[in-house]
Amino acid sequence: MARRLLFTRRNGYGSGGLGSGGASGAERDRFRFRRRLAIAGVLALAAFAGLFARFFYLQVVQHDHYQTLAETNRIAIVPIVPNRGVVTDRNGVVMAQSFSGYTLEIMPAKVKSLDATIDALADVVEVTPRDRKRFRKLLEESKNFESLPIRTRLTDEEVARFAVQRFRFPGVEIKARLFRQYPFGELASHLVGYIGRINDKDVERIADWDEAANYKGSDYIGKVGIELSYERELHGTTGWEEVEVDANGRAVRTLSRTPPVSGSNLTLSIDIELQKTAEAAFGDRRGGLVAIDPRNGDVLAFVSKPGFDPNLFVDGIDPANWQELNESPDKPLLNRPLRGAYPPGSTIKPFLALSALHSGKRTPTQTIFDPGFFQIPGQAHRFRDDKPGGHGSVDMYKSIVVSCDTYYYMLANETDIDDTARFLGNLGFGRKTGIDIEGELTGVLPSREWKRQRFAGKNYRDEHRKWYLGDSISAGIGQGYNAFTPIQLAHAIATVANDGVAFTPHLVKSVQNVKTSEVREIARDSAVNLQLRPEFLAVIKNALVGVNKEGTSAAAFRNAGYVSGGKTGTAQVFSLKGEKYTEHKVDERLRDHAWFIAYAPADKPTIALAVLVENGGFGAQAAAPIARRVIDRHLLGDKAAGAAPVVQERPGDDESD
Amino acid sequence: MLAIASRVWEALARRIDTMLFVCAIAIVGVGIVTLFSASDQSIPRITGQLASFGFAIALMWLFANIPPQTLARAAVPLYVVGVLMLVGVAMFGVVVNGSRRWLNFGFARFQPSELMKIALPMMLAWYFQKFEGRIGWKDFVLAAVLIVVPVYLIKRQPDLGTSLLIAASGFYVLYLAGLSWKIMVGLAAVGAAAGPFVWQHLHDYQRERILTFLDPARDPLGAGYHSSQASIALGSGGVVGKGWLNGTQTHLDFLPERHTDFIFAVFGEEFGLIGNTLLLILYLLLIARGMMITANASTLFSRLLAGAITLMFFTYAFVNMGMVSGLLPVVGVPLPLVSYGGTAMVSLFIGLGVLMSVQAHRKLVAT
Repeated sequence: MARRLLFTRRNGYGSGGLGSGGASGAERDRFRFRRRLAIAGVLALAAFAGLFARFFYLQVVQHDHYQTLAETNRIAIVPIVPNRGVVTDRNGVVMAQSFSGYTLEIMPAKVKSLDATIDALADVVEVTPRDRKRFRKLLEESKNFESLPIRTRLTDEEVARFAVQRFRFPGVEIKARLFRQYPFGELASHLVGYIGRINDKDVERIADWDEAANYKGSDYIGKVGIELSYERELHGTTGWEEVEVDANGRAVRTLSRTPPVSGSNLTLSIDIELQKTAEAAFGDRRGGLVAIDPRNGDVLAFVSKPGFDPNLFVDGIDPANWQELNESPDKPLLNRPLRGAYPPGSTIKPFLALSALHSGKRTPTQTIFDPGFFQIPGQAHRFRDDKPGGHGSVDMYKSIVVSCDTYYYMLANETDIDDTARFLGNLGFGRKTGIDIEGELTGVLPSREWKRQRFAGKNYRDEHRKWYLGDSISAGIGQGYNAFTPIQLAHAIATVANDGVAFTPHLVKSVQNVKTSEVREIARDSAVNLQLRPEFLAVIKNALVGVNKEGTSAAAFRNAGYVSGGKTGTAQVFSLKGEKYTEHKVDERLRDHAWFIAYAPADKPTIALAVLVENGGFGAQAAAPIARRVIDRHLLGDKAAGAAPVVQERPGDDESD
Repeated sequence: MLAIASRVWEALARRIDTMLFVCAIAIVGVGIVTLFSASDQSIPRITGQLASFGFAIALMWLFANIPPQTLARAAVPLYVVGVLMLVGVAMFGVVVNGSRRWLNFGFARFQPSELMKIALPMMLAWYFQKFEGRIGWKDFVLAAVLIVVPVYLIKRQPDLGTSLLIAASGFYVLYLAGLSWKIMVGLAAVGAAAGPFVWQHLHDYQRERILTFLDPARDPLGAGYHSSQASIALGSGGVVGKGWLNGTQTHLDFLPERHTDFIFAVFGEEFGLIGNTLLLILYLLLIARGMMITANASTLFSRLLAGAITLMFFTYAFVNMGMVSGLLPVVGVPLPLVSYGGTAMVSLFIGLGVLMSVQAHRKLVAT
């Protein structure tokens, strides 16, 4: 083909000269081409002349006419902001709603001196220093021709007082606005999220949806949580009003009106009473909890402690509050169930045991001998068990019930890490669960490939990238590189509780269109059957029940009116290099994180949960009692509140964690 | 030291056509100045547009350095990929605003019709060059098929405006390749006769736009409102304009879509007839230079491609300014190099890069 191109080219232009036979055809073609191009050029010129004539007509001949039209351009199209949808819990309790109120707004471009105007306004309505600070902040972020609120939620009296004095304040107006209110404040703040003023990034997002017209007049948009991820359902359709305005742009008369359509209402799968119980159970401690109905993926409670008051964000948070929230060492803005990745500690053991059953590395009855430590053959380093003397002869049931480390060191020693990663990956570890709010972390599910990529950077050498047997051993008891989010653990235990049928967890149950009253259930068909063997699941579930009956968390579940399964875990924050961990010697922030996963009732589970208490120490002590209270509330209702025993002492030394 | 700098400069500027480049920069400058006013002085918009501009310049340089014969080799694969992606859009595209135009690649969304704008003229130019010297009516029929496939797929999305523009780019190649006048007149006659039939097959919103064009008062809130407010903006601008940042139509929110498709109304209101004339002259210079490059191009492929690119540039400018000034119906075509938006900026500068390459590589092949 290249030869032909070359030939054609030569034939066309190589020989040149007008008279020569072969080239004359090409010359004629070229002449024709240029003539056609010239015709196109003339047409283009004519078209531009036409444009010029049109401009001349509009801008010179008709200038006076259009000048008048522009000056008397009195018909303004005013958007009417739709009512934002209401968010309720599964029983219809309102968690976020809108109400209308009055704001006092200033259009900075139309005001000569902002300070003088605000000072004068302060004589008419109350303007606190906090209002001023907030206004300054809005002013810095705003565009030129935007009107900004100096005061929100005016009382009727204030509205009346300003109305009388209105003539003194050109460029200042009372506007009816919709306010968002979160009646529960801090409670469930991380899942409901909040709305805030639209910023440049939001503008781009809106343009991406091709919704710019629909957000004309909207000042607020979902920023976090449900408010963010269901923004398009909640917002509604903006209406329009055609109004006649006076020279200052104030509306005089309405000419026509297209009403707005309110946003859809959302019913969450959350049970607010359960949520209250769970948050109360945490007290002042930091951490996260996710409770899932394993039968369908409904998230029943979603806790991230500490929380924050979403109402602070609605009108633009003032700098002092923002600084406090943002810089607090307790990280109240961190969504722990979603974005907190912690080593799973011993909570990983039942899943590893399940993996070993499926791969044939272990049978339920096979026993090992635990002397209290494990050594890789030929190496001096001792991987210690929590119990100094060891647990002696240990089978799979006992390995879970007493949380025997040596059993899992040995298992890890015999298992390829990539096989483990594959099995755990299918259970959802190290993957986003796909829950319907944004920002979920993937966590870390270590494998050879993961380590190669993690240490691919130039600062690392090949020995950093290589997978060592020691890495497998640490990972074998849920330490080392592993890091999973509470939602991942809750999802995994829910999947096991539901006999290997996994549902994508979701916070929103249904969406109700206000106009058509049509109810759309959120996809419930996404169940995946992991094809786990029932007889193996039975072994693991039996052991998990054993943990709550006679194992590490037996104290927390003493006298429970139901049978439940669970597993404690402790995630190391601080490596003590072989020294024995003594809680009271370690600074509070360096204490271990406490984990607990559970499900109940054992025969037909309706709730599965994961609890994480940051720096809580032992899982059995800090996290299991929280799970007990949540399950009590869920299964037994009101009467159980407070009935759970408070576990004060450490569990006996033979019950390691 | 200075010698090295001038060497580097020479290497960088070697394939850059000064006149095309200066015209393009001047038009982009007009765009940035107008955008600042149209976006109510939004700095993020300006920096966003400048970033696209920087990226577009880099791609222009890259394309200016690719010889036309390399482009010719890429023509067929590019066209095939383009058509496959359009089929992909029809099957699993992302629906935005009722239209299926986007392909989602996870990291980015892509509008394959944008690729077709360059791939179709390249394909046709390649085809005519391959059979240069023995082109018969059968070749024109085949070329028509090559045009109709993507045009039909894009029309179905539905995106009538873009499909017509792409049909136009294909038609320009046929015209320059020597399509007989008789056939063109015949096609025009058939087109006129088929009008009522086409009308039946248009979507409601498309019919609405045409009706609105004929009678702007029909729809004071939608396209008709856009159109009449744009006319008021231009007309009230007068000869010298209201001055930068002083357009009342613009700043009192009467003018819709004012940083994208209707940005020309902002410009015309604030800079008047003088500004408009200047902008027309800049576009004319750019188009004239494109035509000179086309006329002097050495191979049939580069002639046809350069010609189509130049005429498309003209078409975009004409259709947009015609739409804003009420000469043409409202169609979603941005003003080239002026309207806010990265994709259009990038593809236009790629077009300019191709023109520069044709100009820079003409002697290499001709001798």
